[in-house]
Amino acid sequence: MQQPSTIEELQEIVRQSPRVHVRGGGTKSALSSGAGVSMEKLTGVIEYDPSEFTFTARGGTPVREVETLLSGSGQYLPFDPVWVDQGATLGGTIASGLSGSGRFRYGGVRDFILGLQFVTGDGESHAGGGRVVKNAAGFDFPKLMVGSRGSMGIITQVTFKVFPRPQRYATVRVKVTSPLEGSALLQKLARSSLELACLDYQPPGEVVMRVGGLASALARRVERITELVALPVEVLLDEEEQGVWRAAREFSWMPTEDTLLKIPLLAGQIVSLEAMLSSIGLASTPRRYSVAGNVCWLAWPADRGPADLVAILSKLDSRAMAIRGKPWGVLGSVRDAEFQKRLAQILDPAGKLACRY
Amino acid sequence: MISSGFFGALARIYPPGRLLTRTAELAPYESDGLTAFRVRPGGVVLPTSADEVIETVRLCHRFGVPFVARGSGTSLSGGSVPIEDGLLIGLNKMNRILQYDPQERIAVVEPGVINQRASQISVGDGLYYAPDPSSAAVCTIGGNVAFNSGGAHCLKYGMTSNHVLGIKGVLPDGEVVQFGGPSLEQVGTDLLGMFVGSEGLFGCALEITLRLLPKPEKYYTLQAAYRSLEEAGNAVSMVVASGLLPGALEIMDRLAMNASDAAVQANYPKDAQAILIVELEGPIEEVDAETPLLQKLIDDSGAYRVDVAKNAAERLKIWTGRKCAFSAVGRLSPDFIVQDGVVPRTKLGEALARIDEISRQSGIPVANVFHAGDGNLHPLILFDGRTPGALERAEEVAAEILRLCIKLGGSITGEHGVGLEKRAFFEEMFGKKDTDLMRRIRDAIDPGQIANRGKMLPDTSAPALTHRGLHPVEKQGLAFRS
Repeated sequence: MQQPSTIEELQEIVRQSPRVHVRGGGTKSALSSGAGVSMEKLTGVIEYDPSEFTFTARGGTPVREVETLLSGSGQYLPFDPVWVDQGATLGGTIASGLSGSGRFRYGGVRDFILGLQFVTGDGESHAGGGRVVKNAAGFDFPKLMVGSRGSMGIITQVTFKVFPRPQRYATVRVKVTSPLEGSALLQKLARSSLELACLDYQPPGEVVMRVGGLASALARRVERITELVALPVEVLLDEEEQGVWRAAREFSWMPTEDTLLKIPLLAGQIVSLEAMLSSIGLASTPRRYSVAGNVCWLAWPADRGPADLVAILSKLDSRAMAIRGKPWGVLGSVRDAEFQKRLAQILDPAGKLACRY
Repeated sequence: MISSGFFGALARIYPPGRLLTRTAELAPYESDGLTAFRVRPGGVVLPTSADEVIETVRLCHRFGVPFVARGSGTSLSGGSVPIEDGLLIGLNKMNRILQYDPQERIAVVEPGVINQRASQISVGDGLYYAPDPSSAAVCTIGGNVAFNSGGAHCLKYGMTSNHVLGIKGVLPDGEVVQFGGPSLEQVGTDLLGMFVGSEGLFGCALEITLRLLPKPEKYYTLQAAYRSLEEAGNAVSMVVASGLLPGALEIMDRLAMNASDAAVQANYPKDAQAILIVELEGPIEEVDAETPLLQKLIDDSGAYRVDVAKNAAERLKIWTGRKCAFSAVGRLSPDFIVQDGVVPRTKLGEALARIDEISRQSGIPVANVFHAGDGNLHPLILFDGRTPGALERAEEVAAEILRLCIKLGGSITGEHGVGLEKRAFFEEMFGKKDTDLMRRIRDAIDPGQIANRGKMLPDTSAPALTHRGLHPVEKQGLAFRS
C-alpha cells in the first residue's frame, strides 16, 4: 500500500501507475478493497474559522477529527457523515457520496461541499469551487466528485460549509403495524413544518425521529410532534437518544458478512419494495429506510447474487450502490453515461481512475 | 450568416409565429437583464415541447449554428445575450408543471416555468420552493438552473443546485440525458451537480425535478437601523457567533435606502447609515425561543431603532424595500452596474471600507446592498452613460471591486454567474491551469461551441458594452435585481 504524505508524492504515483485505486479510512469495503494507495497520511485541518461557517482540510482527514474540532465551537456537519467512529475520512465521504439520517433537515454531503483540490488521471493537481459559503463561478467540480468513487479525480483537499449545532436533541419513537402505516407516517411528518432533524423507518414496526434546537423550546416541540403522530410514543433524551443515531450512522444493525446496499427511492415506494423483498424470501433481511424514505439501506445476504436485486431496481426505476461486502459498484440502468464518458476523457484520459468496482 | 437550409429545416418544426426572423420580431430578444450588451440574433424559435427543443438543438449541431437557450432573459451577467447570427431558443412557452406530488414534496417542471409559480402551486399543501432571486416574479426555473441562482436565503438553504433533484436535458449535440431522479438521495457520480450552474455550456434542461420544502410556520423579521455601516456589519458577526441560524441577514447602506425610499416609500430612518434585516423562521416554539436572544444581540449591537414586522404585510414591506433596491437605484442615477462579488464574511468590514475608498477616489458613487450572512456583496456603481467615458470609468470601479473580492479569498460571483460580464476576471480567480481544464471539459462536451458560445469562459470576443439604462421590465416595476 502506497501512502503519499504530500500532494506531489500522490501526483508522482498517479503519473507512474497504470491504474490508481485510492482508499481513505477503508470503512466502505466494497469500494476500497484492493486499493493500492492510502490517503491516511494526507491529513490535517488547514483552516477553520468558526465565524465563517467553513473549514478546509486535507482529503485523508478523519471526519472524527473534524467533528471534535467543530464541536469545540458549537458547530457540526449537518449532513451527518457515516462511519465516523470507524474512521471514515472527508475524501472518502465525498467520493462515496454518503450522508446519514441527519441529512433530512439541511441536505446531504453535496449540499455542504464548497470547494476542493483534486489530482486528475494525468497526475495534475487542480482546484474547483471556492472557500466562501456562496459561489456561482465556474463548473461545479466539488459536486462532480460526490459519489464519483475516485473516477473523476483524487480528492486531496476540501472546504465544507458547517452550521451551528442545535443546543439539544430529543428523539421520538413510534410503533407502527405495517410498511403502509410506516411510509404514510414518514410522508405526513416530512410535509409538516415541525422541522425534524432525522426521520427513519425501521421495518417492520418502528418510526423514529429526531428534533433539535434550543433546549427551552424542545419539550413543547416534542409535544406537538406527538400530537401530529397521534399514536403512543416513547421519548428519548441525552445518551439514550444519541445512541439511536450513533447506531444508525455506524450501521451497527448491519450483519458484517452481508453486502450493504444504498438504494435511493421515495417513501411511496416502500410498500412495493417490502413486497418484492418478501417475494424473494428476504422478508427478514436487515434494512432501514432513512431520510423520510428517500433512501433504503439494505443488507443483501452474502450467499445471493445480484440478479434479484437488478430486477427490483428495474421495478423501482432506481439504482443501488454496494458499499460493504461484494464490490458490485453501482447497479441499475444508466441514462447519463455519455456525459460522464466525455468528462472522464478529460479528467482521466488514460482510464487510470476508472471505477472497476 | 445562417444558411437558408437551416431556416427551412426550422420551418418544418415551427409554424409561423413561433419562428421569428424579421428584424422587428427579433428586437425584444437583443439583450437580457444586463442591458449594456445588445446583440441581434439570427433568429428566434419558441418551442412548446421538449421534442421541439431536441430537434432544434440537433439541427444547430448539424448546421453548426450556435444557440442560446433562455427563459425570461433576466440574467444580470449577460448570460443570456444572443449570439450574432446564432439562434435564440426562447423557452417561455414551455411552462407546464408536468408533475406535482405533495406527498413526496416534489414538482417536475418545464424550464419556462416562472420561479414563483413553483411556490404558488404548492402553497395549498403548505410547501414552497426555497430559492428566491429578487426577479422571482419573472425569471424562469430553466434560467435559475443554468446559472445556479441564489436569493436572500442561501446561507441556510443553499442555492438552486441544492433544490434540484433531477434533470432531463439535451447536450449540445442533441444527446438526451437524465441526471438524478425524484429522490433526495442518489448513487453514482453527481453529474446533476456538474450540469447545474454550467451557464448553458452543457446544453439545455428540458424537465426539472424540484425539491419543495414545508413552509416555515413562523417568521420573525426585524429591521435595525445603525449610525454606521460598520456597526451593522458587527451586528452580523454577533448574530453568527451566537449560534442562531437566521434565514436571512441583509444590509443596505444609506444610498441604497435613499433609492428604495424614492421607489416604494420604505420610510427608513432619515439618519441611519445602514439598516440590517434579520429573519428567523421555523416552528413557532423555536422562533419564539430564539427571538429574545436575537433582540438582546441587536440591542447590544448599537442599533438605535428596531422595527419588527407584526404581520405578513409588514414583513412583505420590509422585503419589498430590500428587493427593489437595485432597480430603485435607477431613480438616483440614469445608469448603474450591479456587482455580485463574495468575500469571506469576516472580511466584510474590510471590503466595505475599501469599496468606500475606491468610490471616493474615483468620485463615482457606489450604493451597497448585500447578503451579509454569506458575504455576497452587491455594490451598485452609479454613472450617467450620456457622459463620455463614464461607462468605462464605472467599469474600472467594478473591476477594482471584483479584484478586491478575489484578493480577499472570495468569488467574482455569488449568484449572478459569470456570463459575458465577468469573463475577464475568470482566470484571475481560477488561474490559467484550472480555467484551461474547464475549457477542455467544455470542448469535450461541445467541441463546436454551439451552446451559449462565449459565456463564462474567457476565449471568444465579447460584444461591446454600451449604456442602456434600466431594462424595460424593470421600468415597469415587474422585476427587481438582486
